[in-house]
Formats: sequence, C-alpha cells, structure tokens
Amino acid sequence: MNWWTPELAAILWGMFQALVVLLGAVLLGAALTVVERRLLGLWQDRYGPNRVGPFGTGQLIADMLKIFFKEDWIPPFADRPLFVLAPIIAFASLLLSFVIIPITPGWGVADMHIGLLFFLAMAGINVYAVLLGGWASGNKYALLGALRASAQTLSYEVFMGLSLMGVVALAGSFNMRDIVNAQEGLWFIIPQFFGFATFFIAGVAVTHRHPFDQPEAEQELADGYHIEYSGMKFGMFFIGEYVGMVLVSALIVTLFFGGWHGPWLPPILWFAIKTGFFLMLFILLRASLPRPRYDRVMSFGWKVCLPLTLINLLATGAVMLLVGG
Amino acid sequence: MEIAFYLSGLVAVLATVGVITGTSPVHAVVYLIVSLIAVAMVFFALGAPFAGALEIIVYAGAIMVLFVFVVMMLNLRPDAERELTWTHPRHWLGPSLLALVLLGALLALLRQGGVSEVIDGELLTARAVGLTLFGPWLMVVELAAILLLAALVTASHVGRRSNPLNRKMTGNRKRGGTP
Repeated sequence: MNWWTPELAAILWGMFQALVVLLGAVLLGAALTVVERRLLGLWQDRYGPNRVGPFGTGQLIADMLKIFFKEDWIPPFADRPLFVLAPIIAFASLLLSFVIIPITPGWGVADMHIGLLFFLAMAGINVYAVLLGGWASGNKYALLGALRASAQTLSYEVFMGLSLMGVVALAGSFNMRDIVNAQEGLWFIIPQFFGFATFFIAGVAVTHRHPFDQPEAEQELADGYHIEYSGMKFGMFFIGEYVGMVLVSALIVTLFFGGWHGPWLPPILWFAIKTGFFLMLFILLRASLPRPRYDRVMSFGWKVCLPLTLINLLATGAVMLLVGG
Repeated sequence: MEIAFYLSGLVAVLATVGVITGTSPVHAVVYLIVSLIAVAMVFFALGAPFAGALEIIVYAGAIMVLFVFVVMMLNLRPDAERELTWTHPRHWLGPSLLALVLLGALLALLRQGGVSEVIDGELLTARAVGLTLFGPWLMVVELAAILLLAALVTASHVGRRSNPLNRKMTGNRKRGGTP
C-alpha cells in the first residue's frame, strides 16, 4: 500500500469534489427548466407541465430524451466551425466559473486568490457565445440579436465589476473564501446594499434573463441568436442559461449573504437555502416584469447603474478610511 | 510550471499566425482572442495570475468584443484574392527588416546573461501589484487616469446627440432663412 499516499488521497478528494460540483450545477440547471415552468404555471393560475410522473417531476427526463434525439441540423449557409463552437463557449465558460465558489468550509473546487476576477474573466468570454453564434448562423435576426447582446453585455459588465469592488475592499481580498469569512459577523448586504442591487441587475443582464432578454426577444427577433440552433446545440444554450442563473445566485449568496454562515442548520443547507431563494427570485422576476425597450435598458445601465456603483465605491473607500484610519 | 509556459506560448504563436494567414475576418478575430487567452496563460504560468486575469477581462472580454462587433457590422466575406495581394512579399519587407533588428537586439541581450533565472512559480498577488502601482508608480497611474479622462470627455463630445431644437434652427439658417 505504498502508493496510497496522503497526496494521492488529497488529489482524489479534490477531483471528487470537482465532479460533484460539476454534476450538481448541470443537473440543477436542467431541473430548473421544469421547476420554472411549474412555478410560472402556479403563479399564473394554471397547472404547468404535470402529466409525466408524480407532479410532473418526470418532465425533466422526457425533455432530456427529446432534446437528445432531435435532429441536430446545421444550416448550409452557416459558418460551420464557429456555429459548433458557440454553444460550447456558452456552456463551458459559465460552468468553469463554479470552481471559485466555496460551498462549505471544507467543500469547494479551487481556492484561487484571484477568485472573483476569474468569474469576471469567464463572464467576459461568455459574450462570444452569443456574438459568434448569432453571426455564424447567417441569419439576420440572429445577427441583430447578437449585436444587441454584445452592446448590452458590454454596458452591464462595466459596472458589474465595479459593483463587486466594494465587497473586495471590505474583505481585503479577491479570494472567495476570505470574502465569506469576512462576513462572519455582518453580511455584506448591509454595508454594500447598492453594490448588491447593481450586481443583481448586472447578473440578470449577463444571464440574458427577463427583463434583460432583449437579445432573444421573441416578438421582434424570433428568438435572436439561437434561432438556427436545434437539438443538443440548442440544449447547451438553453441549459447554459439556467447554469448561469445558478452561478449568479450562488455568487450573490457568497458575496453578499454570508455564504454558508447561518445559525442551527449545517453550512451546506444554509448555502442551498439561500441559493434556492435567489433562483426563485429570478423566476419570479420573469413572471412579473414586462420587457423594457432596448434603448431604455442601455441608458439605465450607463446613466443610473454606472454612476451608482462609482459613488458606492467612493463612499465605501471614504468610510473605510474614516473608520480604519 | 515551465511546461505550461511553453505550451501556452506555442499556442499564442500559432494563433497569431492564424490571425495573419486566415482569409475570413471573423475567424482571424477569433484567433486573436485565442492568442490573448494564451498570453494570459503565459502570465499565469509565470506566477502573475492578477495580470493574467486582467488580460482576459480587459483585452479578451472587452476590447475584442468591440472588434468582433465592428467586423460583424461590416459583414466582410472571406476575400482570398485581395488577401493575396496584401501578403505580397513586397509588403513583408519593411516589417521583416524591423523585426530582424529587434531579434538582433534580443539575441545580444540574451548573450549578455541574466537568463539563468528559471520560472520558479513565485506568486505575485493583487495586493503586491496594487502596492507597487500606488507606491513608486503613483505618478504614472495618475497620468494614465488624466489621459483616460481626456479621452472620455472627447468621446462624449464627439458622440453627443445635438439638441433637436438647436439642429432645426441651424437647418433653417442653412437654407437661407426661409419663412
């Protein structure tokens, strides 16, 4: 048994953790598609999908089977390599961001000291999925959707990074574990309320969820950038959106709501409850808000959110200097 | 860490070759993005993850999006013929000569020594970068900030939407004051 060293055990344990987080994120994203439809149904006073299995829980399996066996058609006028690449970027970039999220004190994939910057980098790369997918489809509606998406994402990424810098300043670190530990006494939602508000808005915009789904507005653009996609490629865009929802919810919990901290219950349960709450909030937003006009979305980002984050950062710095010095 | 450095360096060089030799503008831009990510990986391998992350966020995530945006708006098609005239040896002569001078300078520097240091995986944290920037290099940071502010003011001046009332008045004047 000389090959069974503590190093090997640590490596295997790390791989096991990574695998569980990966599968958990994907399965949760997939399950959310059904949960969302059921919840939308309940809130709109109808049943939603309730035929397959008890309470419609088998709908997920039915949907997966259908999407696996659908014809995966690539239009002849499409740019083949980029058309194939785009859904991979959409799915992988958001999934990779899960490595920085600390779930419990002993559970988490990577403990990078640039943690938060890694998420911002992956969010930056995620833009290309929409852009390249829309362009490679060779369809004018897809291209219009992609152009809208790129302009919107650029506008919202600017203040997404800035909204998080208040948290970084308070915790004194980009490392997610340090940020969670710094919230032991007081969750950052209280000193950083404006940071939370702007990050939540930016997070919704980055995942292209309602009310920021201009890139895929059904009425004007007939589904936008993924109009030519079918089968599993569409599935990757689709599940990628829900994985993004899970990611943004988990990030909000980690950055502003104390991560695993909470009384009585074990850390993993606290993390799950808080993340679930924000996932429900995402779905409730979709159920209740109409889609604003595109130019209003852009001017709201630049003229309200960006100045707000800058003032927030300035005030945070001033208060920290006053209190600390 | 050395193997990661050489691998990502190789990817960066190959992707940059792809940028130059590709005929489709969008594919060239995608190669450029890959090249930038590979350079970020080089930073990671050298033990400067902060610089690597910023490279991806700023260059690959923001600036290149604008490039892709513009290339997509122009909707250029691959044009092998025109590309061939651009890559005529005559056009390569000047840049090649200049690059040769640089290569000579690099070789001379390498011969002088100082290459014995290998990659040791020492981690350069964001805190260290910040302390250096706002310590000895504070003046440069402030100058860059002023430059960016000037650029911002200029951009907002050039891109401003003129007051519709104002435009109507100047339009009337141009037409020679018709009633």
